[in-house]
Amino acid sequence: MSEEDTMEEGGTVKKFLYVNRRAPYGSIYALESLEVVLIGAAFEQDVSVLFMEDGVYQIKKGQDTKGVDMKNFSPTYRALEMYDVEKLYVEKESLDERGLTEDDLLVPVEVMTRAQVSDLMEEQEVIFNF
Amino acid sequence: MLHTVNKSPFEKNSLDSCLQHAKAGSAILLIEDAVYAAVSGTAVEGRVKAAAQDKKVYALGPDLKARGLDEGQVIDGVTVVDYGGFVDLAAEADKVQSWL
Repeated sequence: MSEEDTMEEGGTVKKFLYVNRRAPYGSIYALESLEVVLIGAAFEQDVSVLFMEDGVYQIKKGQDTKGVDMKNFSPTYRALEMYDVEKLYVEKESLDERGLTEDDLLVPVEVMTRAQVSDLMEEQEVIFNF
Repeated sequence: MLHTVNKSPFEKNSLDSCLQHAKAGSAILLIEDAVYAAVSGTAVEGRVKAAAQDKKVYALGPDLKARGLDEGQVIDGVTVVDYGGFVDLAAEADKVQSWL
C-alpha cells in the first residue's frame, strides 16, 4: 500500500544505470538504449549512462551517416541534458584501447577507471545492459 | 579471394579468424563495424599492419564516415574504397568469403 501511495504522490525515484557496450550502427542496441534512457528520464528517475568497450564509439565526434543511408542519432546524446540526464560516464581503459581521448567525444563526460566503474555499478538500484 | 569482415575487432574474433586464414596476395575489405580496425592508434593496429605486409587491406569509406572516423586516421597500407570500389573488388575476385 505504502508503495502505491508513494506512486500517487509523484513517484518513486530509483538510481538507474544504463550500460552501453556496443558500437552505434552495426546493431540496434545503441539506438534502443537511447530510447530506454529517454523513457527513464521521462519518468524522472535518477539516470546515469555509462559508455564502455565499443559503447564509447556511440559518442564519437563527427559521425556522418549520409553515405550509408542510416539515421545519425548521435546528436541526441547532446540533447540528453535537456531531459536532466547529466551523469554520463566513460571507462578510461575502453578509450585507451581504441586510441581515443575525451576530446574525441561529442558530449561532456566523466572519465573513470574500470575500478570506479565497478563502484558506480554497485551504487545503483536498477541496471540495464545494452 | 576477397575476404570481407563486418564485426568490431574488440567485440568479436571475426577479424582475427580472417587474418589467420587469409593467404598472401588475397584482399581483405573491412566494412560496417570492422572499419574500427582500420584506424591507427588502437590495440589492433599491429595486427592490421602485419596483414597489410602481404595482403591488400581495404576499408569502406562510407562506413568510416558514419562512425566519425577520418580517412586521414586510417593505418598506412590500408586503402579506403567507396561502394563502387567494393563492387570492383568483388568482381575481380574469383570468390568472396564473408567473415561475420
